[in-house]
Amino acid sequence: MQSQMPLYPEQASNFAPNVDALMAYITAVCVFFAVAITAAIILFFFKYHRKKPGDIGVPIHGDSRLEALWLVIPAVLALTMFAGGAVVYVQFRRPPLDTLDIYVIGKQWMWKSQQPNGLKEINELHVPIGRDVKLIMASEDVIHNFSIPAFRTKMDVVPGHYNTMWFRPTRAGRYHFFCSQYCGTNHAIMGGWVTVMEPSEYAAWLSGSSTAAIDPVVAGEKLFAEKACNTCHYPDGKGRAPSLNGLYGKKVQLADGSTVTADDAYIRESILNPNAKIVARYQALMPAFQGQLTEEQLLSLMSYVKSLQAQSPPEAGAGFAPTGKK
Amino acid sequence: MSSIPSTVGNELPNEHYLNATYGIRSWLLTTDHKRIALLYLASVTFFFFIGGAFATMIRIHLLTPDGYLVTPETYNKLFTMHGVAMIFFFLIPSIPAVLGNFLIPLMIGAKDLAFPKINLLSWYIYLIGGCFVLYSFSTGGLDTGWTFYTPLSSVYSNSAVTPAVIGIFINGFSSILTGLNFIVTIHTMRAPGMTWFRLPLFVWAHYATSVIFILGTPVIAITLLLAGLERMFHLGFFNPVLGGDPILFQHLFWFYSHPAVYIMILPAMGVISEIIPTFARKPIFGYSFIAGSSIAIAVIGFFVWAHHMFLTGESSYAALTFSLLSYLVAIPSAVKVFNWTSTLYKGSISYDTPMLYALGFIGLFLIGGLTGLFLACLGLDIHIHDTYFVVAHFHYIMVGGAVMGYVGGLHFWWPKITGRLYPEAMARIAAVTLFVGFNLTFFPQFILGYLGMPRRYHSYPPEFQVLNVMSTAGASILALGYLLPMIYLIWSMRYGRIAGRNPWPATGLEWATDSPPLTENFDKTPEVTWEPYDYSNRPDLGLEVGQPSLAPAHGDD
Amino acid sequence: MVWQVTEQVEEERRVHRTGELFGQFETMDQQRESASLGMWVFLVTEVLFFGGMFMTYTLNRSTYPGIFAEASRSIRLSLGAINTVVLIGSSLTMAMAVWASQAGKKKLIPLFLIGTLALGTVFLGIKAVEYHDKYVEHHIPGPSFSFEPGADVATNAHAQLFFSLYFAMTGLHALHMIIGAGLLLWLLRESLRGRFTPQYNTPVELVGLYWHFVDIVWIFLFPLLYLIDRH
Repeated sequence: MQSQMPLYPEQASNFAPNVDALMAYITAVCVFFAVAITAAIILFFFKYHRKKPGDIGVPIHGDSRLEALWLVIPAVLALTMFAGGAVVYVQFRRPPLDTLDIYVIGKQWMWKSQQPNGLKEINELHVPIGRDVKLIMASEDVIHNFSIPAFRTKMDVVPGHYNTMWFRPTRAGRYHFFCSQYCGTNHAIMGGWVTVMEPSEYAAWLSGSSTAAIDPVVAGEKLFAEKACNTCHYPDGKGRAPSLNGLYGKKVQLADGSTVTADDAYIRESILNPNAKIVARYQALMPAFQGQLTEEQLLSLMSYVKSLQAQSPPEAGAGFAPTGKK
Repeated sequence: MSSIPSTVGNELPNEHYLNATYGIRSWLLTTDHKRIALLYLASVTFFFFIGGAFATMIRIHLLTPDGYLVTPETYNKLFTMHGVAMIFFFLIPSIPAVLGNFLIPLMIGAKDLAFPKINLLSWYIYLIGGCFVLYSFSTGGLDTGWTFYTPLSSVYSNSAVTPAVIGIFINGFSSILTGLNFIVTIHTMRAPGMTWFRLPLFVWAHYATSVIFILGTPVIAITLLLAGLERMFHLGFFNPVLGGDPILFQHLFWFYSHPAVYIMILPAMGVISEIIPTFARKPIFGYSFIAGSSIAIAVIGFFVWAHHMFLTGESSYAALTFSLLSYLVAIPSAVKVFNWTSTLYKGSISYDTPMLYALGFIGLFLIGGLTGLFLACLGLDIHIHDTYFVVAHFHYIMVGGAVMGYVGGLHFWWPKITGRLYPEAMARIAAVTLFVGFNLTFFPQFILGYLGMPRRYHSYPPEFQVLNVMSTAGASILALGYLLPMIYLIWSMRYGRIAGRNPWPATGLEWATDSPPLTENFDKTPEVTWEPYDYSNRPDLGLEVGQPSLAPAHGDD
Repeated sequence: MVWQVTEQVEEERRVHRTGELFGQFETMDQQRESASLGMWVFLVTEVLFFGGMFMTYTLNRSTYPGIFAEASRSIRLSLGAINTVVLIGSSLTMAMAVWASQAGKKKLIPLFLIGTLALGTVFLGIKAVEYHDKYVEHHIPGPSFSFEPGADVATNAHAQLFFSLYFAMTGLHALHMIIGAGLLLWLLRESLRGRFTPQYNTPVELVGLYWHFVDIVWIFLFPLLYLIDRH
């Protein structure tokens, strides 16, 4: 019967059972109250039907204890709903540390995704079962939203920001994804398919695909030289700019005394608007690349910078002065 | 049985506000709050037709997954213009500007509002705003969604955004001035003896609504102003390419637009709080709790706006806070529902049309309000955000709630406004038709939403078709439910039975004067000595006081 | 069709002229209380109106502190300071006008109103000079905007944000002052007709409230826009 007239989508991610459980719980509580109140109304409606035209009702003005009762009980129930939802949401907003990172770009009116080895897809997303997958998403124009009902996950894709979303697929198959933030004319057909595969199939697909996959790290390295980044960012830190070796994920000391973590958002901002955060003991010399790079170029530069985290940073005093803490 | 005794008034009063002066100028330059209410009635009904026409086209288009009725561009314009027309030019003004304007001075024993000329100005401002928006609709349309998210609206859309934004900006001042008028009136113009806790709950509801009007509307005004400037002069407040932040737009937009939904529902709740005691002939259960809950909703309603933004990438701490507060704001509404239901207990209930609308309201508002709990739940919202679940939720409240309250209120006070009664049998049929049609239209949409169908889609995967067809079928019945009252209410203005002062009878001050009332409302200033809804102590109502039905089920005579 | 000046219309006009009771009110007290509460409620809406822009400004400033400070230094502090003194002075003359109307000093009311009007006009004039400065320096947002020669895209974009807010906020403020000037002209006319007495001076009081409010908005605008990073 479920397949004839489904009331909910297939459950294909680690979040799906939790979300459905929340739905079932809240539905049960609400149905209970809805039925109870409706039954009371119908009962009173017929039971207290006016007998004679001049009749009036019994003047009951109120009852503070009843009021307290139906103030407190709904409040307590509401808190349980809040708590259940909060747990799932916080888990959803905190990706685990070891994820398979896939980049997704939304633009009017298509989705481009890029696997870790550079393999690109349009309106398709292949992911392996049982692996924690993190999508790092950007928009080239307006706000979109990447939504996978079978996973019970979605997240806005906002221009000027990176938003991340993670899930662990639990069931092989092909599932719809949709754009879920109105974005103009073809918003309704800006969707595609997520294909969940066994890990071995996924690996095979990844390496055996006929479309030439350009390693984004290689592309990024090339761009790094083209845009003359390497004329200031020496690996040994003795240039005019901090070294980028071992930078990604570390804490950085800024000129105004504060400390930030060099995450995706920091690196992106440092390329587009470098004067927003000047590193301690360095001058504000870097030109801003706002408006000069496409999202894909930005992603390849970021892949390259991230690949440098494996390199050892220069000695303290000669580079970007990492605080040594992660 | 109907409340109306067989012998009511035989003829209309000689002089009343409708025949006091003649000529189009006496209407277009009137400062009488009752005439201004009717001017608003005509204009909001006009915009209701426009919004309704767009809704009809949307539902017909959605009969098939690929939608052949209109192009994608046109569809996007249809849902946008449906939202703009309905929200800004129908729902927000409807009860306050029509019923509120008409009734508040009568209910508090005043001759008019505090600022009658500003009242008229409010109507003209509304019209001017409406003209700009109609201009936008007819020269390229509007396809940004009524929410105008940037940078789609300020940079990418090719539709007539600027005139629409100007029109809504102007219309905001109509709301602000109405709210200002109501607040001052309720504070300073109450008749002797009309203390705060003797005020009808309709007045409390409008006071709370007016607080939202004056605090919230200026913020949408400035937001749309900035978005309009951004579009016209290529500025960058909300455009990331120029260093701006699209999420800032959302914060500013929702800071008003969330309280706006309380503007739409509080007055309807006020109407229900008047109807139920009248047709149960007993005081409302928990008067002070209902009054207090209106104020609580208005206040707490200002602190929940970012529950529209749980998935924008905002901080989890913010999301947790807003989710918690959103649950908090539901509690006062729950209190009202319990209190209304309790008022029916041991009442003397009649099945008149206004009562049917009131009970229909409770049923539909219950579903709409409860489904808000689903959306406030963070974990669940991840899945149902921006799906048809949301569409169903807000239509249950705005249509099932606010519009039923409005139509029920129109019926309840129709005798006071026109001096005549509508045809009761026809009206009951229409009320039931509305209720049934509404549920058929919107309940399937909850399921569609949970299955994952996003909103604002001109075409959809074929597996969603059955539910869409159900929804459209329901919409045709709903449309009938709206058309019937329009027809018979107009008919009744000429041919309806004369109503007399107080046909139901009800206890409010507005019923202690002629139907229709004099221009100055009362012969002489009333002095209030009774509590609201006090059927037991109102011998003037001609009811069998002293013999309340103590054993209502099988009471002896 | 011409309005007939009937007896009733004459009576209504006389009532309005001499400030006696308006039709919807029961007593003069109620009338005065309503008018006053009405103006206060209106000013609350104005706080929220300007507040939205102040919020936008504050958020943008904390995102781009460096550029905003630099852009702020490019507007002339001296003119802003003079304008502040001018506007505070005009609030003083306005308060004096209100006092004069309450104390029955009918001849002084128009004098103080003219003083307020004059100072307000000076303010607007200086504003016009400032706007002209910005025009000459290509600091007006739009196609010809250029913060300084050789500025890169990001700098221009963020500086343009500052100036967009500068013009939006001071422009809205100036619009309120122009409306205030109109109200003052009307008050001037009525005061010359001797309409305001110690028994009836509500319009003067209410316009005074409005004028003081516009002054207070400037007192917030001035440090926010002109005093970001002055050493």
